[in-house]
Amino acid sequence: MLSRVAESIYWMSRQAERAENLARFIEVTLHMTLDQPEYLVDPWKPLVQVTGDNEWFKAKYGTATCQNVVQFLAFDREYHSSMLTCLRASRENARSVREALSTEAFEELNDFYHFVRDSSPAQLTDPTAEFFEQVRDHALMWTGVLDNTMPHNTAWHFLNVGRLLERADKTSRILDVKYFNLLPRVEDVGTAVDDLQWSTLLLAISGFEAYRREHQLMDIEKIVAFFLFHRTFPRSIYSCVAGVDRSLREIESESDSELPGQARQRIAALRHRLENTNVKEVIAGGMHQFVDRLQIELNAVGDSLGQDYFYATQSA
Amino acid sequence: MQKQTSGSVSQVQSLGPIPSLPNYQTDGFFDELVDKNNVARPDAEELVSLFNRFPPQELSRRQHAIEQALFRMGITFTVYSDNSGTEKIMPFDVVPRIVSAILWKHIDAGLRQRIRALNRFLCDVYNERAIIQEGIIPAELVDTAPAYLKECQGLKPFNDVWCHITGTDLVRDNTGTVYVLEDNLRCPSGVSYVLQNRHVMKRNFPQVFGASRVRPVTDYSSRLFQLLRDVAPPHVSDPTIVVLTPGVFNSAYYEHSFLAQRMGVQLVEGRDLVVEGDYVYMKTTRGLQRVDVIYRRVDDTFLDPKTFRKDSVLGVKGLMDVYRAGNVCLANAPGTGIADDKVIYAFVPDMIKYYLDEEPILPNVPTYVCQKEEDREYVLSHMDELVIKAAGESGGYGILIGPHAKPKEREEFAQKIKEDPRNWIAQPTLELSRAPTVIDDHLEGRHVDLRPYILCSRPDDVWVLPGGLTRVALRKGSLVVNSSQGGGSKDTWVVAEQGQAIASVHGDDTDPVDRKPEPDDR
Repeated sequence: MLSRVAESIYWMSRQAERAENLARFIEVTLHMTLDQPEYLVDPWKPLVQVTGDNEWFKAKYGTATCQNVVQFLAFDREYHSSMLTCLRASRENARSVREALSTEAFEELNDFYHFVRDSSPAQLTDPTAEFFEQVRDHALMWTGVLDNTMPHNTAWHFLNVGRLLERADKTSRILDVKYFNLLPRVEDVGTAVDDLQWSTLLLAISGFEAYRREHQLMDIEKIVAFFLFHRTFPRSIYSCVAGVDRSLREIESESDSELPGQARQRIAALRHRLENTNVKEVIAGGMHQFVDRLQIELNAVGDSLGQDYFYATQSA
Repeated sequence: MQKQTSGSVSQVQSLGPIPSLPNYQTDGFFDELVDKNNVARPDAEELVSLFNRFPPQELSRRQHAIEQALFRMGITFTVYSDNSGTEKIMPFDVVPRIVSAILWKHIDAGLRQRIRALNRFLCDVYNERAIIQEGIIPAELVDTAPAYLKECQGLKPFNDVWCHITGTDLVRDNTGTVYVLEDNLRCPSGVSYVLQNRHVMKRNFPQVFGASRVRPVTDYSSRLFQLLRDVAPPHVSDPTIVVLTPGVFNSAYYEHSFLAQRMGVQLVEGRDLVVEGDYVYMKTTRGLQRVDVIYRRVDDTFLDPKTFRKDSVLGVKGLMDVYRAGNVCLANAPGTGIADDKVIYAFVPDMIKYYLDEEPILPNVPTYVCQKEEDREYVLSHMDELVIKAAGESGGYGILIGPHAKPKEREEFAQKIKEDPRNWIAQPTLELSRAPTVIDDHLEGRHVDLRPYILCSRPDDVWVLPGGLTRVALRKGSLVVNSSQGGGSKDTWVVAEQGQAIASVHGDDTDPVDRKPEPDDR
C-alpha cells in the first residue's frame, strides 16, 4: 500500500484510541466522585498528570477541578491531545485515506466525531459519566466496525499497530499516575486504600470483572500484574505489545524485505523483556521507572515505523 | 398468470384524472415536470401523483432525512469563514428531474457526435492543424488561448483520444430546446453527486422509483474503470491504475476519493509518485510500484513542474517525459482545455461539419466572439440583453448577466471587452427551464441545467451516462447554478425505453435475482 496511506491509517486509529482512553479516564473519575462524596485524594489532578502536559494545563487553567479538567481533556480545541482534537485529527486522517477504508468505517468515525462535537456545550456546563460512557460505546462500535468490515490485510495491520501502541501507552499511564496517587507508599496496602479505589483503576481499562473472576480479592501485586502481564486481556500491556508484534510480522511477511525492520526488532525485544519480568521485580525496582522505560520503548517503536514504512525512498 | 391479470387491471385503474401539482406556478417558464397547465408530463405522472398523496410536511420531512443521510456519509465541505469547523452538505433538492426516453435519445446522440468531433479537433490542433490551414478557425484564436499548451504539440495519445471523460453542460430554453452551454474537457466534477444522490433517492422513493422506469447510473464506476484499463499503454497487459488528486483541501476531493474507492484503485497525490528512468512509480510500504494509467484530477499546468509551472507541488517532476515516451496514459490528456475555451466553443458546430461531415444534432447557444469586430460592436450595443462571459474563467466567475446588471457594471465590462476582446464572448439570455424545488414546505420553480458525463476510450466507443447532474439555482429568479454560487443539485431520472434495463430498487450494486434464499425460506 502507499506509504502515505499506511501512515495516515496508523495515526487515524491511534488518535481515535487516544480519545477513547481520555473518555475512560474521565468516566471512571466521575463515577468515583459520586460514590465517594469526600475524597481521600483529589481525583482530578492525577488525570492531568496522566497526560504529561501538566505545565500547559497549569498555565491555562490553574488548579484542577472537575469542570476545567473535563474541558481540558475532552473539549479543548487548543490542546493538541484533547478528545475532540484527537477525534478531529483522526477523522481528517480518515478522510485523506477514505478510499482505503470501508464506507461503514468512515461513517462510524464521522458520527463519533459529530457526536462529541455536538455534545460539548452541554458537557462543559454539566459533565456526566453517562456521556463518557456513550463515547466509549462509540469507540467500541468504531473498532468493531473496523475489525468486521475490513479485510485483515496490511492496511488493517497498520491500524492495529496504531491502536495497540496507543493503548499500551495509556494503560501504562493510568497505572503509573493512579498508582502513586492512590497509594503513595507500598506499606499502605490494606489500610487507607479500599476496594473502591482499586476497582476504579481496573474499571478504567474495563478489567474489573475479568480481574474479579480470576482473583476475587484486591491485591496490589495481582492488580499490577494484571495491568502489565495479563496474557489475554485485550487492554493489558503485554497483550497490546504481543498484538503489535504479530501485526508487524504480518506486515513484514507481505513485503519483500529480507531483514526484519527496526520496529519489528524493537517490539520483539520488548515482548521478550515483558515475558521475562515478574511483578515483584517491577515493584522492587520502582514502578514509575519501569513504566517510564516502557513508554520510551513504545515511542521508539512508533519512530521506527516511520523509517521502515512511511518515508519510502527505496529504489525500484 | 395472476401477474397478467393484475397488470391489465392496474392499467385500467391508472386511467383516472391526470395529476397536477396544486398551487404550483410555472410563471410562464418551461417546466421539466409539468406543462403550462400544471399537469404532469407523461413520465412524471407517478411522481406528481405521489406528491399529491403526501400528507403536509412529508416532502420537507424526506428532504430533511436525505440531508441527514448525506451529512452522515460525510459528503460535506468545510465552511472556511467559520473556524469552529462547521460543515455543510452540498444543497440537495429532493424533487427529481425527469428526462423522457425520447429526449434522452436525442441528447445521447448529440453528445456522442460532439465528443467525436472534439477529439478529432484535439488531435488536429496539436498536430497537422488542418482546420486552421483550411481557414475554419483563425490560428490567432488558438495560439492566444491560455489553455493551448505548446508543450503538447506533436503528442499522439493512444487511440487518438485526448478527452476520455467529459461533463457537458446542457440547458433548455422556453421552447424546451436543448442547447450545449459548454464542454468541460479538463477535470469535470460532479459525477459522485450523481451516484450518491441516486443512492439516497432510492432509499426514500422506492415505489415511485420502480414505477417510473428509471435507468441505472451505478455502473458508472465500472465503466470508468474499464475505460481506464482500455487506454493503458499497449504493452501493458494488467495495468496499474491510480486517481491523482491535488489533495484533501481540493473542493472536489470527496469525488476523487469516492471514484478511487468505487473502482478499487489507489488515490494518490503528487508526492506519492516519482519518476525514475522512463517510468512513473508510486511509493508503497513495499517500495516503488509502477503506475500505468493516471486518471488525473490535477489541472494541466500543475501536472509536472519540469514541463509546466515550476512552482507546482501538486504534480510529479518528469511526468510529461514518461507520457511522451508512451509509458503512462494520462486521462484526460493535458492540453484538452483548448477545446473548451469559451471562444473555441463557438466553432464546435463547424468542427462537427468539418471532421464528421454531419449536421450538429445539439445546437450551441448562439455566441458572439468579441474578437470579431462585427460581433464586438453588436455586443457593446446590446449589453442589456446579453450574458457576457470571460473565456478563461469557470465556475460562474467573470460573468455579467446583462438584463440584471447595473449600468455601472455594464460599463466596466464594456471597458474590459475593449481592452482584451480575445477574452470575451456573449450569448443571448436564455430563459432557462425550471423544475419544482422544495422551498420551505412547498414547491417553487427554480432554473436548472444538466451535466451528463461521457466516457470515450476509442473514437468509435463513446458512452453517455443515462442521467447526469441536474444543478439548480436555489435563489429565486437566479440563473446561476454553480455550487460556488449557491446552487444545489437534483437527481436526474432518465426514463428507460421499452426493453431497456432499469435500476434495481433493492440495493445499490446487487442484482436481486442473484440472491439465494436464506435457509429458513426453503
